[in-house]
Amino acid sequence: MVKRSHRTLLVLCAGLGLLAAACSSSSASPTGAGSSVSGSFPTSISAANGTVKIKARPHAIVSLSPTATEMLYAIGAGSQVKAVDKYSDYPKNAPRTNLDELAPNIEAIVSYRPDLVVVAGDSTALTGRLAAFGIPVLSLPPAVTLADSYVQYHQLGRATGHVQAADAEAAHVKSQIATIVQEAPKSEVGRTYYYELEPSYYSVTSSTFIGKVLGILGLRNIADDAPSVASSGGYPQLSAEFIVQSNPDWVFLADTICCGQTAQSVAARPGWSAMKAVRQGQVVGLDDDIASRWGPRIVELLQTVETAMSKHPAGT
Amino acid sequence: MSTTLPRNPPAPVRPRAVSEVPGTSLHPVSARRAVVVALGALVGAVVLGVSIGPADVSFSAALRVVASHVPFVHFHSGVSRIDADILWQIRLPRVVLGGMVGAMLAGGGAAFQGVFRNPLADPYLLGVAAGAGLGATVVIVAGSRLSEILPLAAFAGAVGAVTLTYLIGATVGRQATVSIVLAGVAVAALLTAIQTFLQQQHAPDLQAVYGWILGSLTVATWSDVLLILPYVAVSALVLMAHRRLLDVLRVGETEADSLGVRSSRVRLTVVAAATLGTAAAVAVSGLIGFVGIIVPHTVRLTTNASYRVVMPVSMIGGAAFLILADVAARTVLAPSEIPIGVVTAFVGAPFFLFVLRSRRVGRST
Repeated sequence: MVKRSHRTLLVLCAGLGLLAAACSSSSASPTGAGSSVSGSFPTSISAANGTVKIKARPHAIVSLSPTATEMLYAIGAGSQVKAVDKYSDYPKNAPRTNLDELAPNIEAIVSYRPDLVVVAGDSTALTGRLAAFGIPVLSLPPAVTLADSYVQYHQLGRATGHVQAADAEAAHVKSQIATIVQEAPKSEVGRTYYYELEPSYYSVTSSTFIGKVLGILGLRNIADDAPSVASSGGYPQLSAEFIVQSNPDWVFLADTICCGQTAQSVAARPGWSAMKAVRQGQVVGLDDDIASRWGPRIVELLQTVETAMSKHPAGT
Repeated sequence: MSTTLPRNPPAPVRPRAVSEVPGTSLHPVSARRAVVVALGALVGAVVLGVSIGPADVSFSAALRVVASHVPFVHFHSGVSRIDADILWQIRLPRVVLGGMVGAMLAGGGAAFQGVFRNPLADPYLLGVAAGAGLGATVVIVAGSRLSEILPLAAFAGAVGAVTLTYLIGATVGRQATVSIVLAGVAVAALLTAIQTFLQQQHAPDLQAVYGWILGSLTVATWSDVLLILPYVAVSALVLMAHRRLLDVLRVGETEADSLGVRSSRVRLTVVAAATLGTAAAVAVSGLIGFVGIIVPHTVRLTTNASYRVVMPVSMIGGAAFLILADVAARTVLAPSEIPIGVVTAFVGAPFFLFVLRSRRVGRST
């Protein structure tokens, strides 16, 4: 999947000179001080954790956010990355360490002598603690909308000196998504789906990032039907009865890696065999990791869903 | 097992048992009435449990679906396939499993309170919860291929933890019950430490581990029911057979021994049976708290303190209580679920305080 989309990208690059700038930056080649380097230092960026001041172009970035890691490599800042956390499993050549944002060890982080630390939240008050060492922290919290995620490319671009490449990458993601939405069969608009985070029926509503992303394909989320899910912060645990009675047209499994769920295992669940999605073979496995991030690979996830939808247009 | 029971019910025991809970009587009528009331509550809970749920299926449809599954009766329910599946495959196993788990937790709690002569004893006292939690966590973090063996791992963890506790505790010191309880505390702390470490090292699995620990009947199936049925049956039978001996143990180990009861052997048998049942329950439902404490005590406070009554009424009442708690868990925020452990504590604690208080008032007047 990863390779395929990369090849698609290269083909696109060869074909369209227009996108050359975007492509050169989004290829995974270790770009150092390439042509895409831009931006000026010192700079200050307004982020979730306040104004982040960066004195000079960083060359020892520590990323504690798997999404930020993917974005850094996508905008051509990969060569400036010195260490990534234990969950940053993509791209494969990222310097993975045992660091963990949820249990940060200040000494371990400082020992990499970073000149920029990127995090996905700041629940552990890293900003303040690393400020004592003069290390700026850039917090890029989970995006709620695609627009949020595009802003983060820009913030990372400014923080690393790759503004143009970052903006081009954001635009590229945007245009790929637009293409997928265009190709999606219109007959599926208004069809319902159940999105599974975990086999005990934890799901998402359309107020979450992934819910919004699937929503742009015109699908309707069964979890939105109940007013009470508002109290769940967008991640309700649904009742099996409710899911079965809602009789969704599609089931998307974001628990294939964590919990080994497949179309077969869903069909084997007691009481699920009469569900439309199961009868019509419309249970789609997604990559848990991609589905929980808001980086460039969201395009792949959307493509997986669109491909499945095109293969099974409604009414057949 | 009950052959060690003295032929005549031990005379010195009864007055003491009565004196502990003034205002109660040991007339068989009150015991019978308690059982009848508990059975009534259970039937009511089952009816509610079958007829209420996030999916809107009428009670008559529910009855017809159940009737259509009675063996040798060829009855077509006329209910849509989806509704029939919801009732028979999703809701009913949940009610049945809830009843079994509730009965085991309450019966196990009553047994542990009797054996250790400690009102705060619950079925998790000797490390069942910590052991099951560790077993489940190991499977969850080890990966997807293993998820089918999660109940097995939890069960093994629970039984292993109690075995460890017993081996350490029963060989130390003269006051066996005290050292067993202390060993339980230590074993639980150790296993919880390992479990917490594993959980913390695998943050992406946090939700799965957390969800399991909070306890849930969300994914209950008939195969879960069949899986734990043998353990639950054996455990319930053994606990029921030992309920008179638990009454004897109340006078103290030395006194019980002098009455011809081999207290250490009774203790081992009861602990083994309660552990087996609780471990099986926990394996399929996760850690549901509080049932093992409030149900037996409510029974003691409202009927009488003899284990002849406390044991069966606790089991029946525990089943009814957990079925009702699960109805709340799946309907209050429907179609979202609330962890059932939250419901048992949230509803159970005030109810228990109410019972406790009304008994006090009754006593002073």
